[in-house]
Amino acid sequence: MIPLSLEGLCFSEMMLGHVVMEELMSGAEIVLKALEEQGVEVVFGYPGGAVLPIYDEIDQNNRIHHVLVRHEQGAVHAAEGYARSTGKPGVVLVTSGPGATNSVTGLTDALMDSIPIVLISGQVPTFMIGNDAFQEADTVGITRPCTKHNWLVKDTDLLADTVHQAFHIATTGRPGPVLVDVPKDVQFAEGTYHPPSDSHKKRYRPNLRGGAEEIGQLAEWIETAAKPIIYSGGGVINSGPRASELLRNLAEETGFPITSTLMGLGAYPASGDKWLGMLGMHGSYEANLAMHGCDLMINVGARFDDRITGRIKDFSPNSRKVHIDVDRSSINKAILVDLPILGDVTDVLGQLLDKWRNRGSKTNSDGVRSWWRQIDEWRSIDCFSYANSKKIIKPQHALERLEALTAGRDRYITTEVGQHQMWAAQYLKFEEPNRWMTSGGLGTMGYGLPASIGVQIAHPEALVINIAGEASWLMNMQEMCTAIQENLPVKQFILNNEYLGMVRQWQELLHEKRYSNSWCAALPDFVKLAESFGCLGVRVSDPADLDGAILEMLEYDGPVIMDCRVDKFESCFPMIPSGEPHNKMLLGPSRDQAGIGADGAVLV
Amino acid sequence: MTALNIKKGTSRKSAYDLRRSRESDTETHTLSILVDNEAGVLARVVGLFSGRGYNIESLAVTEVDHTGHLSRITVVTTGRAHVIEQIKAQLDRLIPVHQVVDLTVEGQSIERELALLKVGSGESGAAEALLVAEEFGATQIESNPDVIVLELTGTVRQIDRFADRLLDCGLIEIARTGVVGIRVKE
Repeated sequence: MIPLSLEGLCFSEMMLGHVVMEELMSGAEIVLKALEEQGVEVVFGYPGGAVLPIYDEIDQNNRIHHVLVRHEQGAVHAAEGYARSTGKPGVVLVTSGPGATNSVTGLTDALMDSIPIVLISGQVPTFMIGNDAFQEADTVGITRPCTKHNWLVKDTDLLADTVHQAFHIATTGRPGPVLVDVPKDVQFAEGTYHPPSDSHKKRYRPNLRGGAEEIGQLAEWIETAAKPIIYSGGGVINSGPRASELLRNLAEETGFPITSTLMGLGAYPASGDKWLGMLGMHGSYEANLAMHGCDLMINVGARFDDRITGRIKDFSPNSRKVHIDVDRSSINKAILVDLPILGDVTDVLGQLLDKWRNRGSKTNSDGVRSWWRQIDEWRSIDCFSYANSKKIIKPQHALERLEALTAGRDRYITTEVGQHQMWAAQYLKFEEPNRWMTSGGLGTMGYGLPASIGVQIAHPEALVINIAGEASWLMNMQEMCTAIQENLPVKQFILNNEYLGMVRQWQELLHEKRYSNSWCAALPDFVKLAESFGCLGVRVSDPADLDGAILEMLEYDGPVIMDCRVDKFESCFPMIPSGEPHNKMLLGPSRDQAGIGADGAVLV
Repeated sequence: MTALNIKKGTSRKSAYDLRRSRESDTETHTLSILVDNEAGVLARVVGLFSGRGYNIESLAVTEVDHTGHLSRITVVTTGRAHVIEQIKAQLDRLIPVHQVVDLTVEGQSIERELALLKVGSGESGAAEALLVAEEFGATQIESNPDVIVLELTGTVRQIDRFADRLLDCGLIEIARTGVVGIRVKE
């Protein structure tokens, strides 16, 4: 049981401990100083009335680089790209009312994909809150379900502590977005600055250390499993680069096959010989069949998302399931597991490897060898093969050529959402973590362009490419201005099929080819659009010109919008239809073709 | 004042229920949640239930520590066993939540609810209502020419039964606190 006044005690201790270091300054100054002391170098934002004191301070301070976006949604996605590619929290600054409401999609996206974001929003002055003031919105109310936590700061003296706590909560345990709403009078008023200290961490201390007993059990199961598989996810990336190293050690030393979710690509290298490719709805045949047929499934930082599991009751029916996750609510949410291990991936994998090595690094090598023979048989299906064409650019071919012409470069990939996103996951090869930025959980069209801007800000010398569909790309295309203003050479690789391709594909499969509202009859001329933004536009429609166009894009010193005209009716395969189990994959038009049942049709 | 329009034996099904579940595998649990009493904390807890489609059968909340500013929220919820586990894990994840205790399964606990029931004095049923009150151990806390008010503390089932009996005695209005509970043995 907790003593009743624990919180009160902590707070007074904290006040006493730092009494010497306190300084008096305006709320706006406090915000900037707190950001600086948290190590923030870049803020993505958009000014407005209720946040002007902080913007004035940004101008005076001049030590934090503010990136002026063209829409607040773009600011959050840019911050997500920055965060995902660096491992550091992304910081966003917006005004009250529409500034805050425009950021809601980005916050929800970051919550679903566990991206650390600290968003500071201006608010109307405290004495006007509740009066339907100009540009007033109930920001903490609106963002409560789409943040890990949020605060309305009504007292300047509490501002510094709140910002420090916001960074701690955003980055600790399962990361996520947080929001600090700061009324304008609180920004103007003078208050006491408190530097960051351990007391800000007292209130939120998630368990990071995995249980030794459970880890010992897993080590034993690893020794006996005949058909094991490692199923890794975005949690490995979030846990830091050390987690990816340990994951690689685990796969190499045990010889176990490994697959990954969309969010976890790059944690284990695509060139590694234990790699089965991505799993799930558009994952590889061998990965999905291995998941279905395995006898030991080791889930490392993934969450049994419905894109992964297919029909729950038929999911991997004969396996012992182990789930390593830092978030207790992820365990047993979708799939009941045999062995939950609550803790940070880096800690758990470190302990696991120690324990297993100390026991003699044993595996059931005969069993695992025949398991690999089975997997190689599945592999020989060559599920990502497609009928190429000399007349029309196949989107898969475009991505294969992009991969071939950029492999080995210091490369970061972002995507929008849809068919192109799945093709990118299938045909591009990721060798390192933090190189692949995509909207997985929420599936936010319009994510990729602003995310590419955030990535390029963090890695100015790197090659940053956004793989896009024309429909997704149009959703946040205003951010090209941001790229031009910041002089960011982001490459927008648009696979243009004039359709909302994934919607069209589902209408073909489920709605008897009634393509209701999935064709964009009117589209801009992307080359002229590029010119009007002040960057290079490249169009290509003949497969013979594809390599030349890609090289032109890569060689140009500045942002490029590439209009790659591809086959309008290509569908993304393989595919597990909604509501079907893993062993019922559709391989493509030239192969077996089953339908989706009425129960599956209701799923998304 | 008109008589209360409730039907005898109506179900207690929650408006939040999004999941089709058979009565047989649905469990009822009482959760006692200790939280920081800060702005919006109740909205966080209630929003979690509505947003994820969990049931709230009853809810009681007030500050219990005025120095440390801690509130206790008692929620009665229903669902399948793994849904109840998920609810507890989700609650535990909220930053202002200090402690979640499932009074139904963790140790032994006592649960009570308080109800105030108003019956018209003029009705012939008032005398009958007092007899029923005596039977249930309820107290009369108000009597004026228009109404009498009866107070009963007891289990949910006792209060349900008491209210049911009073329907025939001219019951006008009921106010109930929702269940609160406390653990008596770890």
